[in-house]
Amino acid sequence: MPTVALFVPCYVDQLYPQVAVATLRLLERHGCRVVFPPDQTCCGQPMANAGQAADAAPLAIRFLDTFAGYDHVVAPSGSCVAMVKHQYPGLAPDHPKLEEVRSRTFELCEYLHDVLGVRRVEGRFPHVVGLHRSCHGQRELRLASGSERQVPPFDKVKTLLSSLTGIQLVEPARTDECCGFGGTFAATEEAVSCLMGRDRLDEHAKAGAEVITGVDMSCLMHLDGLARREGRPVRIRHVAEVLLGEAT
Amino acid sequence: MTAPATTPAAPTVHPGGQQSGPFPGHPAAAARFIADVDRAHWHDQALWFVRVKRDRAAAQLPAWERLRDLAQAIKAHALSDLARYLEEFERNATAHGAVVHWARDAEEHNRIVHQLLAERGVTRVVKSKSMLTEECGLNPYLEARGLEVVDTDLGERIVQFRHEPPSHIVLPAIHIKKEEIGELFHDKLGTAAGASDPKYLTEAARGHLREKFLGAQAGLTGVNFAVADTGAVVVCTNEGNADMGTALPPLHIACMGLEKLVPRSEDLGVFLRLLARSATGQPVTTYATHFLGPKPGGELHIVLVDNGRSALSGRDPFRRALSCIRCGACMNTCPVFRRTGGYSYGTTVPGPIGSVLGPTQGPGAHATLPFASTLCGSCADVCPVRIDLHHQLLAWRKELVLGGFAPVGKTLALRLTAWVFASPWRFALAGRLARLALRLLPRGLMATLSGAWGKQRDLPPPPPESFRDLYRRTHGRP
Ligand code: SF4
Repeated sequence: MPTVALFVPCYVDQLYPQVAVATLRLLERHGCRVVFPPDQTCCGQPMANAGQAADAAPLAIRFLDTFAGYDHVVAPSGSCVAMVKHQYPGLAPDHPKLEEVRSRTFELCEYLHDVLGVRRVEGRFPHVVGLHRSCHGQRELRLASGSERQVPPFDKVKTLLSSLTGIQLVEPARTDECCGFGGTFAATEEAVSCLMGRDRLDEHAKAGAEVITGVDMSCLMHLDGLARREGRPVRIRHVAEVLLGEAT
Repeated sequence: MTAPATTPAAPTVHPGGQQSGPFPGHPAAAARFIADVDRAHWHDQALWFVRVKRDRAAAQLPAWERLRDLAQAIKAHALSDLARYLEEFERNATAHGAVVHWARDAEEHNRIVHQLLAERGVTRVVKSKSMLTEECGLNPYLEARGLEVVDTDLGERIVQFRHEPPSHIVLPAIHIKKEEIGELFHDKLGTAAGASDPKYLTEAARGHLREKFLGAQAGLTGVNFAVADTGAVVVCTNEGNADMGTALPPLHIACMGLEKLVPRSEDLGVFLRLLARSATGQPVTTYATHFLGPKPGGELHIVLVDNGRSALSGRDPFRRALSCIRCGACMNTCPVFRRTGGYSYGTTVPGPIGSVLGPTQGPGAHATLPFASTLCGSCADVCPVRIDLHHQLLAWRKELVLGGFAPVGKTLALRLTAWVFASPWRFALAGRLARLALRLLPRGLMATLSGAWGKQRDLPPPPPESFRDLYRRTHGRP
């Protein structure tokens, strides 16, 4: 039984605890012993992506110190995991645990699919669901083959979702276009960010999605914020909540 | 590689009512474009259509990803030994009777071209699309000296009529609707009022351009590829205007950036297949003309332009941007470009690659460009030569922050946030306060406080406790 350290991104911890709970329960259901190291805070992505490497580096070091020594580190977030995997070598190049932690850190679906070898998730989710493929999961972690590349098609998140009982997955017309969140982009380029988000909501609505799900709560927070403001009927759920299924 | 070298750090000003005064930065220019949502959506659809065509064309080649690998490797190799390949190219081109000129910057390029024309008494020039001459500001330079320069590519001619620069490197008039072109042609070419049929308008432009071709005393072209082992320059067009423009006049001047060099003729097979498919979704451009020496009785002059390129080749990681073959695919796929238009970048080359190249010319004037991206990475996956565009944008952000070009308010806010995150108890406390504020403050006030987030978006309803509190309550402290 692997011991999994749960990494809960800062804003998920504070604003979406139910997503962390769902992640924890899902991992336990698939045979993991899960712990939450309390010294964790934030992976440093907001600073790193704004170009503030000096501000991100101490957070990268804290992360590596906190998560060293576990079998695996799992997070319900594609972009935070991409941060650890791809940006930490530049931020904390000399940290003794860098390689160990990097190579053992996974996004939730990636972990279930690749490490635990899960192809079927027991559960029921009888709704029409649109999958939002967030960019960092898509193009940094390669959770799916991607519309730009000519490689054999695969989609790890979709594989897991489609195994749920009763779920009906629908595709937006532009299968993997960005929602416009982009971290601080959501504020500095507010106009474009919101237009992109509304366009995503429109395409999911056109496809008939009642629920939009994805691996990054940040993108979903942006979509949810737009949908709430306009009173759109769509519900936004993190993939961990969907995979946990609805109690029957 | 963007603004004319005479004013390297000055913001590019776009006429034609798009922008006046100094470049306001991407967010402001973008917001202005988006204010007309229907137009932004129309622009987005037009470019997405091209992206879809590109996807289909790429899917037809089973070896697509392998071709991209090859293209990347060939370019990397050529750039690593550029001096030798340039000399080889010069030797071979000269042996075939072409004259090779070297220009350090835009100013020198313009001077060389003007001198060649003036010495031969040329006053009427036809040009086939070249972003390099756009970069160097050649048209205004020649016009100020009394020459008539006619851009013969249809899209280029349209923006030239409107006194605008191209808004896209492959689709220069993509921002203009066909009804607007109808009005423009009615005004300039006397076509029927209210006409918007593309075929009719294209015919009218053709007739007009034919006259220009017939009357031209020199033809100017850009260069898509220069081949070191033969000395040939290759120009790709769909309208055949490079061929028309160089077939009649005795003088052909081909202007190229140093980075256009490929080592061998065989390499062209890789690039020609990638270029057209990436640019427009065609299997190959209609015309890919190889110019090897001048035509009988004519002259061929090749101007090799540096204008910052050799400096860039010494800069990691930005040197990879020199591999760009100017297909425009990164613009067509970029969700920000599609919705904000080429002029929102304020550079000759806009979009993802333009946001990498822009700051190399003057970081201050182009400081907002590397931030005009969500780092979604679609550009890098589309790029036929595999330039890691979004990683280069990230690298630029770091340089701009170090150079003091990032907005101070944002930098400080993130620094403060990092300080809060540096300690678990500060983080927990700040979170508790934020959730309390979310719960207690009226929605309107929260929207104001949350600034750019709250203008069009709601904040999530706050949960009663954070995960860490909940976990401690249920699991105890480990
Ligand atoms: S960066 Fe790549 S995709 Fe963009 S124009 Fe250049 S070659 Fe094309």
